[in-house]
Amino acid sequence: MADLTLRINGSENNVSVPPETPLLWVLRDTLGLTGTKFGCGAGLCGACTVHVEGNPIRSCSTPVSQVSGKNITTIEGLSANGLHVLQAAWIAEEVPQCGYCQTGQIMSAAALLAKTPNPSDDQITQAMNGNLCRCGTYERIRKAIHRASASGSAR
Amino acid sequence: MSPLTRRGFVTAGAAAGAGLVIGFYLPHGSGSEKEIFSPNAYLRITPDNKITIVVARSEMGQGVRTALPMILAEELEADWKQIEIEQAGASTLFGDQTTGGSASIRTTWDPMRKAGAVAREMLISAAALTWNVPRSGCTAENSHIKHAATNRSLAYGDLVAKASTLPIPTDVTLKQSKDYKIVGQRLPRVDSPSKVKGEATFGIDFRLPGMKYAVLSRCPTIGGKVSSFDDKDSRKISGVNYVGKISDSAVAVVADSVWGAMEGRRMLNVTWDDGPNKDLNTAAVMTSLKQGATKKPASMYLAGNPANASGKTVSAEYTLPFMAHAPMEPGNCTAQYQASKCELWAPTQVPQDCRDSVAPAIGLDPDQVKVNVTLMGGGFGRRLEHDYAVEAALVSKAISGPVKVIWTREDDMRFSTYRPASLHQISAKVDGSGFPVALTHRIISPSISGQKGQPVPNGVDPDLPDEAGPVYGFPNYSIEYVMTETPVPLGWMRSVYALQAAFALESFIDELAIAAGKDPFQYRLHLLAKDQDLQYFTTTWHTARMRGVLQLAAEKAGWDKPLPAGRYRGIACFGCFASYMAEVVEITMENDQPRVHRVVAVVDCGQVINPSILEQQIQGGIVYGLANALRAKITIEKGRVVQGNFDDYAPLRMEETPTVEVYAVPSSEVPTGIGEPSVPPIAPALCNAIFAATKKRIRVLPIIS
Repeated sequence: MADLTLRINGSENNVSVPPETPLLWVLRDTLGLTGTKFGCGAGLCGACTVHVEGNPIRSCSTPVSQVSGKNITTIEGLSANGLHVLQAAWIAEEVPQCGYCQTGQIMSAAALLAKTPNPSDDQITQAMNGNLCRCGTYERIRKAIHRASASGSAR
Repeated sequence: MSPLTRRGFVTAGAAAGAGLVIGFYLPHGSGSEKEIFSPNAYLRITPDNKITIVVARSEMGQGVRTALPMILAEELEADWKQIEIEQAGASTLFGDQTTGGSASIRTTWDPMRKAGAVAREMLISAAALTWNVPRSGCTAENSHIKHAATNRSLAYGDLVAKASTLPIPTDVTLKQSKDYKIVGQRLPRVDSPSKVKGEATFGIDFRLPGMKYAVLSRCPTIGGKVSSFDDKDSRKISGVNYVGKISDSAVAVVADSVWGAMEGRRMLNVTWDDGPNKDLNTAAVMTSLKQGATKKPASMYLAGNPANASGKTVSAEYTLPFMAHAPMEPGNCTAQYQASKCELWAPTQVPQDCRDSVAPAIGLDPDQVKVNVTLMGGGFGRRLEHDYAVEAALVSKAISGPVKVIWTREDDMRFSTYRPASLHQISAKVDGSGFPVALTHRIISPSISGQKGQPVPNGVDPDLPDEAGPVYGFPNYSIEYVMTETPVPLGWMRSVYALQAAFALESFIDELAIAAGKDPFQYRLHLLAKDQDLQYFTTTWHTARMRGVLQLAAEKAGWDKPLPAGRYRGIACFGCFASYMAEVVEITMENDQPRVHRVVAVVDCGQVINPSILEQQIQGGIVYGLANALRAKITIEKGRVVQGNFDDYAPLRMEETPTVEVYAVPSSEVPTGIGEPSVPPIAPALCNAIFAATKKRIRVLPIIS
């Protein structure tokens, strides 16, 4: 067991877990942040995507000890107040079907827009290709990213 | 019209799947019945103008929590903004609650409309009595009853007490589609905000105080059993607090966290009794299909006499593999067993089956088992099985406490129930112009229902009538079925047998068109030229409606216009779940592999409830179907499923996703299925495009093997 301090969505959380535990399960089971999803456990689907220091990572394959002390952002902390521009765009374009993968999709898209406010179709594909959706919402995801980008307030 | 009293309605309605109050949905301590107007199980109106509509199907992404209430709200003349949605668990009030077969709209269209109309008429009566005016002068609009002559208006909430005392009409007039204000509108889905915020509670997210987590070690060989197990190392893992055999073929590892349970399972040492299938492999399954082809088939459809028809014989064989649903949310269920009762929180398409299967497994009666339905991270038919629920109940009973059973992705891939592998033999006799005068389509496949011990009337799998019907009105036409057997677990996967039947038939039609030297669209148009009604079990297929979607698809795709160099098209049409579908695919070939750029999809599914949800279903079905066509293949070696995760069973990713243009034929016909009909035509349309590009005919799926 390791006593770790995790800085998640701006708050410090002390947890006592085996250090090799994937961040995903600490978020979900220990801290109750269930917006981050389990899809494959192998970094293949992106449902577990969160930000560490602003970069999208697969929390299912990231030992929690590696991110201790770093700034972690989950879907619950993506926007301090109200909806993130991407979340608003996701609603406007009616992206979600089952919705299970969408929090991971949005986290990947948010990391993209933070660095590339006006992405091309190719840049969107490149950034989003690691996120699977079995409902097949990719076309609307692309539209929603363009919509958020066009609104100009992406952070 | 003979109104029953409310009590009488309850008694009479119980058997018919209707009732006054909504089981456990009545708020605790709600006091007098008069505070709630609830003329049926689907609806509750309270004096604060809250209108609650109960959804008795499961939401797995297909939009039922939005679309079904829209139907009721339409007849109720409700203000959509006031509607609140409640998810029904397993109940006795709604008839069969199975969510599958693209049937949610089809089976609730009438009950939901009537539920709304009954309430509307009673609210009108309540207002008329309140004002002491004739009913005929009162109208319902936007959650109010209005009396135009005196310019008076009462909100529905104000009429709750009075309406609750009135007799429930048994016969009400339903609205005409031209008067619809809600049905047919592109209303936003009610579940989108919670899903984009990460607040939506899927089965895997549901938590109980003190809840443990379990993963199971299941025998990797189909039909094998636990021989013995050694849990010494498992129990050394931090947080593991129970290891035990919970069925013949599974050992459960329970811990304080999912990770602890997974690690505990990793350290578990089980000795398996591989059982009778330890030498089974995919080749043996395919051989059994070939052998099945020689057996006497059951007839599903027969027009004329194909054997006696004369013409040049053309025949071909098509083969499809096992496939896995692979929904994004892996299997899970939460259970709390307490002596004489058990409660479950299940992401399930079959809450009633969960109840009825869990009860005997843990020694309870079905009415001692309560099943709550959570959101599902996809279903695609996988959650028509109740295995997760039974496992959760067994583990909860074993540890005497609340537990969530979670499957890993590898568990989901290797212990699924698979779309049956199948073989299709089609032969035709063609006339001098290359058009069939006779066609015989023989489907050889193990039966899902047959394997599960369910009835297979006259040797025909009971799903085939909705999924493998005639598209064309050939004068001599036979559709036949040979049921084979396999130990590989089978399940209903999105579009079920329709995917297979469409791939075979619509590839074959393309082959005939090419052999006749004719354009594949014009060839199909010719085959559908005559208006015919084709009776197939309980469905009547109209060639005119099939022709309609085919023509519109060709028109929207610009079929008669030349393509840029290197681009090729394919077309296919098919009918299933009572809907008509045509698709045109545009591809290029890159390194011998197809790249799909554009799909034009046209559906005739009768009255459209919500065009945005319809578009979602069609686009999603095509992406799902493309993955099936291109790569989906489950193989068996030494009795074990080979594939394990999204690397060796790879769904479509964004880079491979085409633009999909969706068109629905305007219609006020009874609504038909929409969740599945877009899946079957995409594989043959794609393979037909590949033929146009390469002159190579694909008769075995997947395309990339």
